Amino acid sequence: MNEQQLSYREALRLAIEEAMNADERVFLLGEDVGNYGGCYAVSKGLSETFGPDRIVDTPLSESGFVGAGIGAAIGGMRPIVEIMTVNFSLLALDQIVNNAATIRHMSGNQISIPIVIRMATGAGKQLAAQHSHSLENWYAHVPGIKVLAPATVADARYMLSMALKDPNPVIFFEHVMLYNESDINPAPEDCPDMHSALVRQSGEDISLVTYGGSLPKALEAARQLAQQDVSVEVIDLRSLRPLDTKTIFESVNKTHRLLVVDEGWRTGSLAGELCALVAENCFWSLDAPPIRVCSEEVPIPYPKHLEDAVTPQVEKIVNAVLGLLNKETVS
Amino acid sequence: MSQSTKIMHTENNKIHMDIAHIKFLFKQMLRIRRFEEKCAELYTQEKIRGFLHLYIGEEAVAVGVMQALKPEDAVFGTYREHGHAIARGLSMNKVMSEMFGKITGSSRGRGGSMHIFDVEKQFYGGNAIVAGALPLAVGLALANKMQNKNNVVACFFGEGAVAEGEFHESLNLAKLWQLPILFVCENNGYAMGTALAISESQQHIFRKAQSYGLAAHAVDGMNVVEVESAASQYCHRIRNGEGPCLLECNTYRFRGHSMFDTQLYRDADEVEQWKSKGPIIKLKRWLEANGKLAADELSQIEDEVADEINQAIAFAEQSELEDVRDLYLGVYAEENS
Ligand SMILES: Cc1ncc(C[n+]2csc(CCOP(=O)(O)OP(=O)(O)O)c2C)c(N)n1
Repeated sequence: MNEQQLSYREALRLAIEEAMNADERVFLLGEDVGNYGGCYAVSKGLSETFGPDRIVDTPLSESGFVGAGIGAAIGGMRPIVEIMTVNFSLLALDQIVNNAATIRHMSGNQISIPIVIRMATGAGKQLAAQHSHSLENWYAHVPGIKVLAPATVADARYMLSMALKDPNPVIFFEHVMLYNESDINPAPEDCPDMHSALVRQSGEDISLVTYGGSLPKALEAARQLAQQDVSVEVIDLRSLRPLDTKTIFESVNKTHRLLVVDEGWRTGSLAGELCALVAENCFWSLDAPPIRVCSEEVPIPYPKHLEDAVTPQVEKIVNAVLGLLNKETVS
Repeated sequence: MSQSTKIMHTENNKIHMDIAHIKFLFKQMLRIRRFEEKCAELYTQEKIRGFLHLYIGEEAVAVGVMQALKPEDAVFGTYREHGHAIARGLSMNKVMSEMFGKITGSSRGRGGSMHIFDVEKQFYGGNAIVAGALPLAVGLALANKMQNKNNVVACFFGEGAVAEGEFHESLNLAKLWQLPILFVCENNGYAMGTALAISESQQHIFRKAQSYGLAAHAVDGMNVVEVESAASQYCHRIRNGEGPCLLECNTYRFRGHSMFDTQLYRDADEVEQWKSKGPIIKLKRWLEANGKLAADELSQIEDEVADEINQAIAFAEQSELEDVRDLYLGVYAEENS
């Protein structure tokens, strides 16, 4: 497969296929994963290979089939549950937060729940306020589950494989704007593990921390800023819980500045948590207040110009960085 | 709905309708059909964006049920609700403009195709969470009951929604509290690509409703007269305080689930078969066979409908986009409002 382009979507499919071939306990469960081929076509073709007993089309019953996935994991299976979008996952929030996240601890560490719950997240397709939100942080708030947000093709491919071997419940976020991204021949080395944050581009002047669908925007902003002699270090969180604070702190201690880009709403955001962590741990090395570019606090509107105005954009990121640096030079 | 029902029941329960009313039903269905055919075109031209779910093939359900409702009754729809909005009396201008994302749209362009709202018409969306509107409809019916209003709430949803907990919770609450609500299940056989047979252990939806104590039965959802008749009888009961009812309308969607659907899950033959018994063609044949629809009259109706749609497109094209400075509008109530 050398030199072959692989899309983010295909990378996920490969990981699922590989895991299903390697381990009979792995199966895929969700709405329209079989006959329809998956709402974002991730599982397209898999039902022909594995049949309806392992690529299981469920009725519209998010609470029911996510709970059933958790139960099947308790019973010794390795379910991958696909929920169409994070907005719909709220119907299953009870099962995830009250059961998947708690049962190991509540049972005195007797019970393992090796489940991967995948879902699409994010805006950009003009799908309005019930299909477009970024609620990753709601899950990242909860101890007992792991939360991953792969932003590259390599991560889609290998983080999913790793998540499927993990003995814990893992929530796996796929940003809708990434599915068509592609890359040449991602190698396992491109994905060292599923927990560490990675420096996607090193720089000196400011640490830009982001994840998921905002990574391409952050890299583009860094490119534009480089033309203005601003050197940006771009860090991709990859794992939203646990957080790799070591990598973040090392970077901030080097650049002395922090900008977090997060498609979630600002209030109560993961960006807020990162700013707090940096303030607590790197206070004496900061040259400027930590800042954030998040979504405006509006349910995502349908028209393109308003959707763009709500979510983080390259221009906003560039201006936030320039604003911070200019403010410093002025004062 | 302005032309409230003209159905009469004779002793042997045969339905008689006056021809003017049947032609009115025909035109209503045709308005929806032609409007949505245009929407599909406008989608490929990228004038309409996001998800677009067409109601083509199912027009008899919305048109039939709306005839049983009064202006003060309320309607809840799904993301497949252009037909309901138009049948309910929203102007095509408002609906089209909404899909263009313009400020003159029924939801100021904020909602798009899936979120059409018009409180003046008692049209409460436009809900894209499957089964998400059922509890709301129950609540509105509860408010009506608490305020001694004799209004009906009509709540439309697909058979896919029946698998969600909300469906069961809502039916139970509605019956428990004896609420004035008409549940309308649009059973088109598929929830996206999931056929009824692989999603329901009991495939007669009306039986589920009966088990909760609702009056419920199934009708041919391709027959607008039958739908109107059944909905009228249920609304009569509901207004009499006899409690909630569920009408299962067996129908079919001729197009994909949305514009992205490659329809791997069904045969083209099956679609063709259903098309041949479509609600519009069926009624047209009946009218023609009975000498009630001359060719020139039909082309006049088509022309009127085409004019209305063209005007709606022009209206949407000419309308303004919302100023970005008003982004935060409508997140909370205005101060002092
Ligand atoms: C809670 C929830 N889960 C999944 C979806 C995605 N989805 C949208 S429509 C649909 C199928 C619904 O089928 P049905 O209720 O029969 O209505 P139809 O589309 O056939 O009119 C699905 C799975 C959603 N919108 N909401």
